Amino acid sequence: MTYGLETAEHPEQLRRVAIDPVSRVEGHGKVTILLDDDDKVRQVRLHVVEFRGFERFIQGRPYWEVPVMVQRLCGICPVSHHLAASKAMDAIVGTKRLTPTAEKVRRLMHYGQILQSHALHFFHLCSPDLLFGFASEVAKRNIVGVAAAHPETARRGVLLRRFGQEVIRVTAGKRIHGTGSIPGGVNKSVTREERDVLLADIYDMVAWSRDAVALVKQLHGQDPALYNSFGVFRSGMMSLVAPDGALDFYDGSLRARDESGAILFDHVNYREYASYIREEVKPWSYMKFPFLSSLGAEKGWYKVGPLARVQNCDHIASPLADAERREFVDYAGGSPIHAPLAYHWTRMIEMLHAAETIKDLLHDDDIMGDDLVSTGEHAREGIGVIEAPRGTLIHHYRVNDDDLVTMCNLIVSTTHNNQAMNEAIRHVAKRYLSGHRLTEGLLNHIEVAIRAFDPCLSCATHALGQMALELTLVGADGVELDQLARHGDGTVSRSPP
Amino acid sequence: MSGAVAIFAVGNRSRGDDAVGPLLLDRLRVWLDDRGLSGDFELFEEYQLQVENALDLEGRRLALFIDACRETTEPVTFGPVGATALGVGHSTHSLSPGAVLGVYPRVTGEAPPAAFVLGIRAAQFDLGSEPAQATSDAMEAAWALLCSLCRCPSHAEWQTMATIARTPRTQIA
Repeated sequence: MTYGLETAEHPEQLRRVAIDPVSRVEGHGKVTILLDDDDKVRQVRLHVVEFRGFERFIQGRPYWEVPVMVQRLCGICPVSHHLAASKAMDAIVGTKRLTPTAEKVRRLMHYGQILQSHALHFFHLCSPDLLFGFASEVAKRNIVGVAAAHPETARRGVLLRRFGQEVIRVTAGKRIHGTGSIPGGVNKSVTREERDVLLADIYDMVAWSRDAVALVKQLHGQDPALYNSFGVFRSGMMSLVAPDGALDFYDGSLRARDESGAILFDHVNYREYASYIREEVKPWSYMKFPFLSSLGAEKGWYKVGPLARVQNCDHIASPLADAERREFVDYAGGSPIHAPLAYHWTRMIEMLHAAETIKDLLHDDDIMGDDLVSTGEHAREGIGVIEAPRGTLIHHYRVNDDDLVTMCNLIVSTTHNNQAMNEAIRHVAKRYLSGHRLTEGLLNHIEVAIRAFDPCLSCATHALGQMALELTLVGADGVELDQLARHGDGTVSRSPP
Repeated sequence: MSGAVAIFAVGNRSRGDDAVGPLLLDRLRVWLDDRGLSGDFELFEEYQLQVENALDLEGRRLALFIDACRETTEPVTFGPVGATALGVGHSTHSLSPGAVLGVYPRVTGEAPPAAFVLGIRAAQFDLGSEPAQATSDAMEAAWALLCSLCRCPSHAEWQTMATIARTPRTQIA
């Protein structure tokens, strides 16, 4: 347990190392590490230093605008917000049950999102670290480096991503700013021509996803000591599961397990989430720290996302992915796997499941139906929960008599994983940084641990010409001792104080 | 795919100055339609550039990336961009224009098209805010340049305009 590394006893006497991505691209996370005079790690924190402010942004808007507006929150998983908000608004317009066409088109959209997001994360963000090593040459540790050394892997990553985006375009109307999902259903179905275009490629996508699972298994097999121990901490886990206990990204009820795998609660209606989850505020970060109410803040934190979902469910409905799930579960002999690097393995199992599900949906004529919307008696409160690529996503709204939003509460996937990410980097810092001279390669170990969770800290803004990473070493007297910057083109420079 | 010139506008309309690229693209779409030039161009609006944007470059003669730019003293910058590598941060999924160009040959086996970046100086990106006045002013200057570029969509012409754009104002005078 490294909870003690959250707050050092005398931080004013320690040296400070900050990993500070100046970029506002997806977030404004910063890692600070306090070292004592012997270079021993005494405090580690992942901060989120930008206030999202989205809840206020949406107040006063008509409810029917919300599923479109929320996509402005995130450039990485806009579809997740689009669908979670739509589910919440289904309750506002009194939809008891979506039409088969509406539910299947939404599922198709969502599984397209899972496919493209997981492909991007694995092939673009993580494979450079995994294929070349955490401390490899910086200029090589990127997607272009992967493409040079493993051209087929890189090409498939791009094409998988592109296919997922096409599924989104077909179901949502556009690659971004989609309007396909509306309160009570969808505003378009899939045409036969669109379906046939996607069907022509889906078998390649299934095959490539299967190969991606094999690749990540191979990486685990080549260095099990690293993959099983890097940044390991134990925690509970939470996700949606289908009524029969199957993995389900779009709908279901909440299930949570403790660190040994025992079920804490099961088949909880997600509309009651507030009775089971609370959020703690800490003065050093804008991102809250959720925990299970029954266990309290110190013991009740948990992880979400692929590693939680694949182990939380009883089975996966698609055969190839379920076979991979069973192999993954057997790998640890029946005990839960908590290794952060196992996120990659489970993420690829999920990508395979998404590809298989898309294939099945494309063969279902309901996606081409014309019964698109169902409504009923309006309500003033709506809660929508889905499993976004990064984990459980909760949208909660209230509207007034004028149909304007008066309250909005979002708990996004990365927030659920806040404490877990902090724990992972504390373990890594303690194992790899204590007593060593700091180098860029060692600091990348911290980033590798964070990347495993695929965080999305703020998102959807972009500007040219910023540094991707800045590292500053400050002495106990507050004087800057050293500065290391990694630039947008991958080069690293050191600025003398 | 249609249009020999691909124009990418990158930004989020709800984040202050980040909206400048998409706002310019809106005007450009109307401007091209009015002049019957739409067939020569394909316009893309993106929150962020991603790996699959490399595939949007296939079969193009020219590419232009329009984006908010934080690290510049000039209101508007314009210049060529070549393929680069990109070091990824621990929470970013985005690519620079150069990195998109770098992905292109690895995926297609061919050299990427000539590409340029039109940058508009920007400073604030708060969710729900409008572009700042200074950024709107810079956007007007960028619009004039953008129209010139679209009147003469050739590598040689754009290279010349980039040279002029880089020339200090004192020398031009």
